[in-house]
Amino acid sequence: MSEEIILDIKDLRTSFFTEDVEVKAVDGVSFKLPKGKTIGIVGESGSGKSITALSILRLLEHPGKIVGGEINFKDKDLTKASDREIRDIRGNEISMIFQEPMTSLNPVYTVGQQIRETLKVHQGLGKEQGTKKGVELLELVGIPSPKKRITQYPHELSGGMRQRVMIAMALACNPELLIADEPTTALDVTIQAQILEIINDLQDRFDMSVIMITHDMGVVAETCDYVAVMYGGKVVEYADVKTIFKEPKHPYTVGLLNSIPRHDVDVDELEPIRGNVPSPNDMPKGCRFAPRCPFATDLCYEELPSLDKVSDDNQVRCWIYSERWDGDPEVKVNGPERTS
Amino acid sequence: MFQFIVRRLLQLIPVLLGVTILVFSLMHLSPGNPAHIIAGESAPKDTVEQIEERLGLNDPILVQYGNFLKDVVTLDFGNSWRTSLPVSEELWPKFWVTFELSVYSTIFSIFLGLIAGIISAVRQYSVADVSIMLVALFGLSMPNFWLGLMLMQWFSINLGWLPATGWGSAEQIVLPVITLGTMGAAVIARMTRSSMLDVVTQDYIRTARAKGLSERLVIYKHALKNALIPVVTVVGLQFGSLLAGAVLTESVFAINGMGKLIVDRILARDFPTVQAAVLVIAVIFVLVNLLVDISYKFLNKRIDLD
Ligand SMILES: Nc1ncnc2c1ncn2[C@@H]1O[C@H](COP(=O)(O)OP(=O)(O)OP(=O)(O)O)[C@@H](O)[C@H]1O
Ligand code: SF4
Ligand SMILES: [Mg+2]
Repeated sequence: MSEEIILDIKDLRTSFFTEDVEVKAVDGVSFKLPKGKTIGIVGESGSGKSITALSILRLLEHPGKIVGGEINFKDKDLTKASDREIRDIRGNEISMIFQEPMTSLNPVYTVGQQIRETLKVHQGLGKEQGTKKGVELLELVGIPSPKKRITQYPHELSGGMRQRVMIAMALACNPELLIADEPTTALDVTIQAQILEIINDLQDRFDMSVIMITHDMGVVAETCDYVAVMYGGKVVEYADVKTIFKEPKHPYTVGLLNSIPRHDVDVDELEPIRGNVPSPNDMPKGCRFAPRCPFATDLCYEELPSLDKVSDDNQVRCWIYSERWDGDPEVKVNGPERTS
Repeated sequence: MFQFIVRRLLQLIPVLLGVTILVFSLMHLSPGNPAHIIAGESAPKDTVEQIEERLGLNDPILVQYGNFLKDVVTLDFGNSWRTSLPVSEELWPKFWVTFELSVYSTIFSIFLGLIAGIISAVRQYSVADVSIMLVALFGLSMPNFWLGLMLMQWFSINLGWLPATGWGSAEQIVLPVITLGTMGAAVIARMTRSSMLDVVTQDYIRTARAKGLSERLVIYKHALKNALIPVVTVVGLQFGSLLAGAVLTESVFAINGMGKLIVDRILARDFPTVQAAVLVIAVIFVLVNLLVDISYKFLNKRIDLD
């Protein structure tokens, strides 16, 4: 990774402080994103993906707080930026789209009003120019008859259309980084594919970097260059997308891959990972995944493994790849056989 | 929109018809012979009978109701049984007094309630919030005649700052408006606070922040407009109890308005005046509700009125 790094997150920690307990939702996450590339953040529900994303733009809601680490965007550490600086970055240099297209637009303002607002705040565009640019943006994200749509209220649009509007709004100021938090989860399959295609296409066109948050390995395969697999507020595996699919190293990653529906395997042969994500306020002491891991040993339960480089393209947080591994030395963590 | 208003106005007809039936039966079912009261305690029997005949009190009840309906339709309620003046002449000056009292009180409630509610919500759990909510709770649980008497005691009698009775001058308006408007302000403040607190956790507020808007724009543009939707309903409902509260307030401050008129004329069994007054209040109430629905339409484009 010798390219220009646009985002460099180091040991990010975000906690929620509820009734004297600290819930560590994000617990030491680090990753780098080169310019123009896409990193996928994957993991089951509750693994801290959204909180990581919200931390970047400092959009955490009370009682959430960044308690440590750095978020270096270009030359600036966003955790230390002033409110004013962070506002200038939001929607301008870094944009975000959310999982819930149905509720992410303000129901009492028209599409046009909401797009123009962004253009006004960051570029000082007036109503007329704003509308013109707004129509262009809607056209860009493939909304038919944009002149009509721009005057409509969100409730007059379908979920897929609303997500397109969100994307149009996010792209209004040509951001360098787009954070997409499960942008397609709430949409049906055909619309999902279209939305991903739009994001991919616009990314190439504007040389935008993307953080794609998803729990769907299929989406990762289609869109990402790098992948950070998260579990229990920590990154457990970090690699480029080819490596993740070809040589997954972490038992959790393998579990995720095994649970993707594939056309060459019957649905009932899928192996979902047994058990549930531990809740952040009762995390296992050692490896967070130990209670669900088929390979777990005493060491796993006792001590947390660190995220270490195990090959040129792969970092893994698992004792199996360490010299201290106390289980079967011949153990093989096998991903599903892939034909393609 | 125009169609909607016309249709709503047409829907008024059955509502008002119901009101006429209600007020007519209440008056006619209540004990006490109007002719007796009009003629006086010791009037001879045939005087009473004459009056009964003249007022049509001996006609079958349906005929009496029919005559009343005719009055309603022609907007001519005849003369008061008490003063023999045309009812409309009796009503209008009193109506304006009550109308002013209600409108000023409503404005006071909305203004104070909104500001207090917004401050409370924006600074949730702060000293300001806790104090505002305490005062609001107090305002809510205080009977309005008692508040009126207390205000009168402090500001008129002890401090001598404001007059204790009457209506018309700026000084005379202050205490009755506070008396009548406080309950509404408290209700609106609480509603605004809870509605704001609910709205600020919505996804579109996060979107607004993610766009880089200032906190001021997020709160006053994106949150407030949504938060106002339920508040508008409360304002409409509040207006109904305001009319009832006006009666009490008027009697505390000896204001010569509709409230006092209705109470006086119920006691005097002045059927035409009472019926006309109640009908006017009903019309106002329904029109205010129409107004509320229309403002809804403006605030919330999701509501399809057609
Ligand atoms: N407001 C909050 N108060 C307390 N804890 C919270 C709050 N929001 C999130 N958390 C904690 O942070 C953890 C991570 O949440 P996050 O939303 O990042 O999960 P996610 O990976 O995005 O999951 P999903 O796939 O469901 O979106 C949750 O398990 C939860 O315990
Ligand atoms: S450290 Fe142990 S428990 Fe954790 S994933 Fe590796 S083998 Fe499983
Ligand atoms: Mg999430």
